[in-house]
Amino acid sequence: MTLPALFFFFALLLLLVSGIAAVACRARETAARRIGAVSTPLAGLMAAPAVVQGLFFAEPVFIDLPLSLPYGSFTLAVDALSAFFLLIIFTIASLAAIYGAEYLGREGAVTARGVSYFWFNLLVLGMTLVATAANGLLFIIAWEIMSLSAFFLVTFEGEKPQTQKAGLIYIIAAHIGVVFLFLLFWLFATNTGGSMDFTHFSRIILADQKTQSLLFLLSLIGFGAKAGFVPLHVWLPEAHPAAPSHVSALMSGVMIKMGLYGMLRTLSWLTMPLYWWGAVLVAVGLITGLLGVLYALAQHDLKRLLAYHSVENIGIMAIGLGLGVLGLNLHQNTLIVFGFGGCLLHVLNHSIFKSLLFMAAGAVKQELHTLEIDQLGGLRKRMPVTAAAFLIGAAAISGLPLLNGFVSELMIYFASFSAVVSMAKGVTALPLMSLLGLAAIGGLAVACFTKAVGVIFLGEGRTPAGAAAADPAASMRIPVVILAALCVVLGLAPILVLPLLKPVLAAVTPVTWETTNAELKKIAQPLIYLSLIAGIMAGVFMLLWRLRRRPLAVQGIQRSGTWDCGYLEPDSRMQYTASSFVQPVIDQTNWLLRTRTVKEMPQGYFPDTGKFVSHTPDLFIEKGYRPLFAAIAWLFHQLQWMQRGRISLYILYIAVALLALLFWFGGLR
Amino acid sequence: MKLSALLFVIVSLLAAPLLSGWIVRVKALFAGRKGSPVLQPYHDLFRLLRKGAVYSKSTSPLFYIAPMVTLSALIAALCLLPLPGFGALLSFQADLILFAYLFALGRFFTILAALDTGSAFEGMGASREAFFSVFAELIFFLSLATLARFTNSLSLSSIFESHAAGVNYADSPALALLLVSLFAALLTENCRIPVDDPTTHLELTMIHEVMVLDHSGPDLAYILYGAALKLWIWSMFIALVIISSFPSPRWLQPVIAVAVLFLIATAVGVLESTLARLRLTAVPRMLMAAGALGLLSYIILG
Amino acid sequence: MQTLIDIVLLLVLLSDLYLLSSSRLGASIKVLAFQGVMLSLLPFLSTDMVRSPHAFVIAISSCAIKAILIPRLLSRAAREVHIGLEIDSYIPYGASLLAGMGVVLLSFWVARKFQLPVTVSSRLWIPVSLAAVMIGLLMLIIRKKAISQVIGYLAMENGIYVLGLSLAAQMPFLVELGVLLDIFAGVFIMGIILNHIKYYFDDLDVENLTVLKD
Repeated sequence: MTLPALFFFFALLLLLVSGIAAVACRARETAARRIGAVSTPLAGLMAAPAVVQGLFFAEPVFIDLPLSLPYGSFTLAVDALSAFFLLIIFTIASLAAIYGAEYLGREGAVTARGVSYFWFNLLVLGMTLVATAANGLLFIIAWEIMSLSAFFLVTFEGEKPQTQKAGLIYIIAAHIGVVFLFLLFWLFATNTGGSMDFTHFSRIILADQKTQSLLFLLSLIGFGAKAGFVPLHVWLPEAHPAAPSHVSALMSGVMIKMGLYGMLRTLSWLTMPLYWWGAVLVAVGLITGLLGVLYALAQHDLKRLLAYHSVENIGIMAIGLGLGVLGLNLHQNTLIVFGFGGCLLHVLNHSIFKSLLFMAAGAVKQELHTLEIDQLGGLRKRMPVTAAAFLIGAAAISGLPLLNGFVSELMIYFASFSAVVSMAKGVTALPLMSLLGLAAIGGLAVACFTKAVGVIFLGEGRTPAGAAAADPAASMRIPVVILAALCVVLGLAPILVLPLLKPVLAAVTPVTWETTNAELKKIAQPLIYLSLIAGIMAGVFMLLWRLRRRPLAVQGIQRSGTWDCGYLEPDSRMQYTASSFVQPVIDQTNWLLRTRTVKEMPQGYFPDTGKFVSHTPDLFIEKGYRPLFAAIAWLFHQLQWMQRGRISLYILYIAVALLALLFWFGGLR
Repeated sequence: MKLSALLFVIVSLLAAPLLSGWIVRVKALFAGRKGSPVLQPYHDLFRLLRKGAVYSKSTSPLFYIAPMVTLSALIAALCLLPLPGFGALLSFQADLILFAYLFALGRFFTILAALDTGSAFEGMGASREAFFSVFAELIFFLSLATLARFTNSLSLSSIFESHAAGVNYADSPALALLLVSLFAALLTENCRIPVDDPTTHLELTMIHEVMVLDHSGPDLAYILYGAALKLWIWSMFIALVIISSFPSPRWLQPVIAVAVLFLIATAVGVLESTLARLRLTAVPRMLMAAGALGLLSYIILG
Repeated sequence: MQTLIDIVLLLVLLSDLYLLSSSRLGASIKVLAFQGVMLSLLPFLSTDMVRSPHAFVIAISSCAIKAILIPRLLSRAAREVHIGLEIDSYIPYGASLLAGMGVVLLSFWVARKFQLPVTVSSRLWIPVSLAAVMIGLLMLIIRKKAISQVIGYLAMENGIYVLGLSLAAQMPFLVELGVLLDIFAGVFIMGIILNHIKYYFDDLDVENLTVLKD
C-alpha cells in the first residue's frame, strides 16, 4: 500500500471511530458535537493526498484490503472520476460538519445529537466508499450504508409525523433503486464470468446491443432514483425539509450526485452507446428540469422549494450527460467534452450553491422557527451576512453570469448550440429542445429565486417574529461565507476549474487527452473573456458609483416611506406575497400542476375575515404512486384469508413452501 | 477593426436616448401634437443626475446598487454587440449565450430592487416582469439557434458577418417570421404597447414603470438610460439580422443600420399610437404566438 | 416565383394555426375565407400548371367555393343558431398552440422521412399540406362545438386540396372536383346536423351527445 493509500485508509477509519466516539459521549453532547465537527475535515485532509494523486497523476490509488468478498476482491480505487467526487464530498461534508456542530446544539434531544453525528460520519464514509469502490458487491454495500445512514439522519426528529412520512418515502425510494442496481451488477457479472471487479467490467466488450441497452436502462432507473430523475424524485421534497439543515445540505449538495457518479461510471464501461440513450437522457433531463422548477415555484416552504430546485438542477446535469452520450454515438468530440464536462462542472457548482442555500435556510429557520416564505420578510436588516450569502447563492443557482452556475450552464448551452449547428438536417429537434428547455428553466429559476430572496430577505418583516433575529454564530456563518466566496471565485475566474475537468473527462470518455485538451481550449477563450467582462462591469460600476456620489452629497438623501399610491395606513402585511408573485406562472401551468386553492371571500359591507390557502401536491405522488401503492395494498389485503392466527397452519405453509421448492429444484435438475 | 468597434460602443452610449426621444416624437405627431424635442431624454437624464435622492425606509443598499448592476450588465452586453459589417469589440465563441444572460442578470436585480421596497404594487410589477420575460428569453434563444444554425457559427460577430460566406436566407419567408417574433420580443423586453404602456398613470396596470416607482435622482437616471440602451441594443440586433441577410458593401452597413434603427423606432411609435394594450392574460398568448412563428422559421430553414 | 409560393403556403399554415388556437368564431370564419383565397392562388403560382386551362377552372371554382360560398354558409349558420363569439375547446390556448407546433414538427419530419414520389415547386409544399390536414384533424378532436368542428373539417379539406394540387400533374382533375363536391356535401350535412342538435339540445355543445350512449 502506498502512502496516499494508507492515509486514505486511515481517513476512513477516523470517520468510523470518531462516529462511534460521538455516540459514546452520550449526554456530554458538546463533546460529541466537537468530535463530529472536527472529524470530517480531518478525514478530508488525510484523504487529500489520494485525491490529488487520483486527479493530477495518471496513476490511480489502489487500496486493497485482505478481506475476501464473494465475486471479487475488497478493493478501493481512487481514479480521476473518484477523486473529483471525493473532492466534492469532503469539501461540502467538512463545511456541513462544522456548521452542524452549532446547528445541532439547538435542535432535537440532547442524546440524539451524538447519534446524529455518528450517522453523519457514516454517511460521509458511505459516500466515500461509493465513490471509490472497485467492486460491484462492495459498491452495493457502500450504497446501502449511504442510503441507510441518510435515512437515520432524515428521521432525526422522528417524533414528528411529517418526518416519519418523509423517512418512509425515502427508504422505499432508496430500496426500489437498489433492486435495479443489484440487477445491474448481476448482469455485468454474468458477462464477465462471475467477477464483479470493476476492472473486469471495463475490459469486456459487450457485443450484444440488447444487453448493453438493458444495462443502461437498469442504471438509469437505479441511479436515477438516487439522483431524483422525474418521476423518481418524489422522496427529495419530502426528505430535505424534514432533515436538519446541514444534513439537507449534504444530501442535496452531494448525496444525490452519487447517482450521477454511478451513471458516469456505468457509461464509462458501456463503450458503444446508442443514439436513443442520449435522447432518453436529454428527454428525462428536460422533463426533470422543467417540472422541478415549476414545482419549486409553487412551493411555500423554503426547504421544499430548494429540494425541488435540486430536482431541476439534476435535470440540467442529465441534459449535459445526454448530450455527451449523443456525442459518443455521433463521434462528435465537442459534444462529448462539453456535455460530460458541463455535467461534471454542474455537479461541482450545484454542490456549492445548493449547500450554501440550505445552510442559509437553516439559519433562518433557527431564528424564526418557520420556513413558510409568506411568514418571513425583511430579514436582511437582521441577518445581513446570511442575506448576502443567500443572494449570491440564488444568483448562482439561477445561472447568472459572473457566478459559478453560469459557467457550467454555459458549457451545456455550448454543447446544445454546437449540436444545433453541426447536426444533419431534420434531426436537430433534440438539441433545440435542450437549448429552449435550458432557457425556460433559466428564466423560471430567476422568477423563483427573486421570489425567495425578495420575499424572505427584502422588504419588511411580515410577522413580529423577525424583530429579534440575528446572524448565527461564527461556526455557522463561516461555512456559508466560504461557500459564497467559492461561488464568486469560480464565477469570476472560471478558468481555474479546467485543470480539474481534464483528467476526469479523460477517465470517463474514450476521447484522447489531446482531443480533450483541444476541445477545452474552445471554452478557455470564452472563460477568459468572462473574467474580462466581469472586469468591464466592475469598472462601469465604479464609474456609475462615483457619478452618483456628487449629486447625492450636494443634494442629500431623504428617507421616507415607500410610495403607497395614496394609501393612508400601509402595513407590512400588505406586501406582495410569494404566492401572488408566482401566480401568473402557476395560472398558466395549472393544467399540469393542479394547484388546489381554498378560498373564503370576505362577506358583507364590513367584511372582517377571509381565507386563502393554496397547495400544490406532487402530481406523481397523487396520481402515480398513491394509486399504485393502494392497489398493491388491496392486492395483499385479498390474501388476508391466509392469516388465521393458528401456528399449526403457519407451519403447514412453511412445509408446503419447502416441498414446492424441493420439487421445483428436483424438476429442474 | 477594434477601433471601429470601440467607436461604435461610444456612439451607441451617446446616441441611445435618441431612439426613445424619436418614439415620443412619432407618437406626438400621430396625436396631432407638436411633441417634445427629440433631445428631451438627454435633458431629463442630466436633470436627474443633478438631483438628490429619496429612499424608502424599507429599502436596503440593494435598492440603489441594482440600477448600477443592471446598467453595467447592459453596457457589457453592448460590448458584445457587433457593429454591422465590422464585428464586436469583444467577440468569442458562445458569446451569444453570455449576451442573452446579461439581460437576465439585469432583470434579476431590477426585480429584487422592486421587491426591496415592500410595496404591493412594485411586487405585482416584478411578478409580471419575471413571467413575461421568460417568453421573451425563449424567443430570443430560438432566434439565436436559428441564426447560429444558418450561419454555422457560434459567436455574434461571425453570425452577422456571414453574408460573405454565401449564406442567404433573405429570399425565404423564414426571415420575415424570425423578424416578427423578434419584434414581439423587443416590445416585451422594452415594455412597449401592446405588452406594457410606458406612459400609463395607473399603478395597477403597469409592469416595468411600477417597478421603478420609488427610484429617484441619479438612480432613476441610470434606470431610464438603461431602458434607452436596452431598446438600442434590441433594435440593433434586429437591424443586424436584416443587414446580414442582404448583400451590401461593408462601409454602407452602419449607415443602413442607423436607418433601420429609426425605422424600428418609428414602427414602435406607430404601433403605440394605433394599438390598444392587450389584456394581461392575453399577453402570454401573443408571446406564445410569436414563439410559434420563431419556431416555424427554424423549422422551415432546418 | 418559389418565394411567392413559399409565402402563400406559409400563410396557409399560419391561418391553420390561427384557426387551431383562436377563440373567436367570427374571426375564424374570416380566416377560413382568407385561406380559401390563398389556396386559389396556388394553381397560378405553380409553374408546371400555369399553362393548363384546368388551372383556371380549379382556381376560380375553389375561390368561389372556399373563399365565398362556404364562409357565407358558415356565418349564416352561426347567426341562425345563435352561437356566441367564443369557441369552446377542451384544452387551453397555450396547449393547443403547442400541440399545433408539435404537429407541424411531425409533418416536416414525416415529409423528410418518407420522400413522396412527386415533384413540387416548393419544398414546403408537402409538409405544409400534411400539417394542414393534421391540424384540421386536431381541431376535430379538441373542439366542443359542432360548428368549430365543421371549421376543423374544412381546414382538413383544405390540406387535402393542397396535397392534391401537388399530385395534379400526375392525377386527373376529376379528383379535385370530387374533393370540392365532398366539402360541399360536408357542409350541407353538417348544417343539417347543427340544426338538429340545436333543436334537440338547445345548444351546440357536442358534449351533450354523450347522453345518447347506453
